[in-house]
Amino acid sequence: MFQRLTALANPTRFLGLVERLGPWLVGLTLALFAVGLYGSLVLAPPDYQQGETVRIMFIHVPAAWLAMFTYALMAVSALGTLVWRHPLADVSAKAAAPLGAAFTFLALVTGSLWGKPMWGTWWIWDARLTSVLVLFIMYLGLIALWRTIEDPTRAARLAAILILVGTVNLPIIKFSVDWWNTLHQPASVMRLDGPTIDPSMLWPLLVMALAFTSLLTTLHLYAMRNEILRRRIRSLGLAAAAGTAS
Amino acid sequence: MSDIPTSADPSTAPITPRLLATELVCDRGGRRVLDGASFAVGGDTAADNVLFVTGPNGVGKSTLLRLVAGLGTLESGEIRLTAGGGAVTGAEVAEACHYLGHRDALKTALTVSENLAFWRDFLAPPPVGAGAGHPALELDEALAAVDLDALADLPAGLLSAGQRRRLAVARLLVVQRPLWLLDEPTSALDAASEARLVALMAAHAAAGGLIMAATHLPINLPGRSLVLRPAAVAREAFA
Amino acid sequence: MSDAPTERAAPLLAPLAALYRRELRLAVRIGGGGFMGVLFFLIVVTVFPFAVGPDMNLLARLGPAVLWIAALLATLLGLDRLFEADRDDGALDIIVGSGQPLELVVLVKCLAHWTATGLPLVLATPFFALFLAMEPLVIGATMLTLAVGTPALTFIGAIGAGLTVSLRRGGLLLAVLVLPFAVPVLIFGVSAAGAPALDPAPFATPFLLLCALTLATLVLAPIAAAAALRSGLD
Repeated sequence: MFQRLTALANPTRFLGLVERLGPWLVGLTLALFAVGLYGSLVLAPPDYQQGETVRIMFIHVPAAWLAMFTYALMAVSALGTLVWRHPLADVSAKAAAPLGAAFTFLALVTGSLWGKPMWGTWWIWDARLTSVLVLFIMYLGLIALWRTIEDPTRAARLAAILILVGTVNLPIIKFSVDWWNTLHQPASVMRLDGPTIDPSMLWPLLVMALAFTSLLTTLHLYAMRNEILRRRIRSLGLAAAAGTAS
Repeated sequence: MSDIPTSADPSTAPITPRLLATELVCDRGGRRVLDGASFAVGGDTAADNVLFVTGPNGVGKSTLLRLVAGLGTLESGEIRLTAGGGAVTGAEVAEACHYLGHRDALKTALTVSENLAFWRDFLAPPPVGAGAGHPALELDEALAAVDLDALADLPAGLLSAGQRRRLAVARLLVVQRPLWLLDEPTSALDAASEARLVALMAAHAAAGGLIMAATHLPINLPGRSLVLRPAAVAREAFA
Repeated sequence: MSDAPTERAAPLLAPLAALYRRELRLAVRIGGGGFMGVLFFLIVVTVFPFAVGPDMNLLARLGPAVLWIAALLATLLGLDRLFEADRDDGALDIIVGSGQPLELVVLVKCLAHWTATGLPLVLATPFFALFLAMEPLVIGATMLTLAVGTPALTFIGAIGAGLTVSLRRGGLLLAVLVLPFAVPVLIFGVSAAGAPALDPAPFATPFLLLCALTLATLVLAPIAAAAALRSGLD
């Protein structure tokens, strides 16, 4: 098992994998989205309380879920960078960061759009929204760190350290924000998790979650491919510079 | 310098440090800087204890010294220091080194003696090779050895470049460590100061200490040389 | 070789004490360390009423929050030089090979930095609190929470300082990287500081959580910062 993983971890072999799997994944993603969107936008009934607005949830919930999932993916990659020092681990983490930021942004925007009719305001310092906002800022900070450090191997290690520090800190931030929120706004916020979700709404939600996961996988693989190619170009440039220097 | 024990008689100096580096490979910024450098420092004569690292600019002389000083990451290869039956590798070798880099590691706001006293108190004794090389001097002796004793209470910020360099050299004298790593040690030094430094290096080598000096100016000291050549290609990881 | 660790473990405190003294000396002699921090603290506290208005009741209610935000900014803005100065003059290279554990070096540097900049902030708090018309009990609570909480800010900031040490003008990036991690400290600190003003609000819970945060960062931050410093060396 480990040998097969290390074989995949060879950049050239990995590129071959992306070439073969990529089109299938694109197809799968499109199919899942077709089913999921039809189910959630057409088939699912409007909520008796929230009306048609509830349909935002079919985008919002999977996006929020993937916002956290992507961070977990980056944390695993960071371990790969620091423990096994594998170059592909950093490629994975670096490629995942903008995707995580995008999903987090999507979750924030859809949450805000949903909040306007439901709460009468675009933003509310709800515990969940606040936690997600902090997560968003952390993604942007990581991207900034990668962009500021020129040497890729050094950037890889530093970013990995920051990701792991964030992994330790995210639960603490989440806990403190929850605590802060209950202190200041006792139970004024309506939560989704009151009644159990009706099956007619549950299955489109699950399909949408699968579709989003598939989308993340596809985009991540292609982003990793681009990053590998970018680094190859850099290697070629360095080789050219070395060739003229000596 | 007369009280320095000489290593000519093996029975009085049983701690004979040896530095052995095998197949060092190092990348910096995605560029292969060292591609399999191997060398040994240390032998029966003082000249065997001195290794001059030479080669054209950008060939990795400084990188090599920094690797031995624990300031860099090896892709592969091993650095091993043995002395008196003990042996250390990797990061622990750094703790047996005095590294004199391009920068003098001085605080301009502290006085000359405060700077030196800090390094004396802060640097740990070496994990192996205690007793080999230039013995530890008292603060004022060390300052006298680099001709800075008259300026001991002056802020280091007022010193000239050459004086700062000499103060940095004094750091090697207040804590005894068997391996000196000197990166262009004679730069910024005038002829008299250079002669003084060379005498200190000779004393260190004669007392069984090891010296690796990266230099492109000839230094008047018997020793062996390691000529580095440019590494062949850029790194292959993403090729 | 077998007896080497015990032989070398004993004189651990003297070198670290030397480092602590050096850091304090440097802080006092260069840029007046604590003085700049307190000055910045004063300016933030002064600017606040201009933005909020001179309503004393409102200022009294916001007081603990204002003081905490001012302390947060003053602490973080001074931290970008924590390792940078040693890196610039080459001292960091020697420190890494000194034989002292880098984690403990980071811890001592943080403690010295806090003594030079954080402690003066805590001591200045009661005077600045007068500008904000705060109650004596609230002033005491704010001082106590700042005394316990600002070390945590220093430790968290040290992680950012370690990450950005190799960058020119890393100060802004440091703040961006580190501020999210400071959120819990701010939450519990302000909650505890403001507790005496609101009768039912408990002081002990947030205060103890704040203590826990400080202790946790005291352990974790030196490890992370030391790892970052090692990665940035070559």
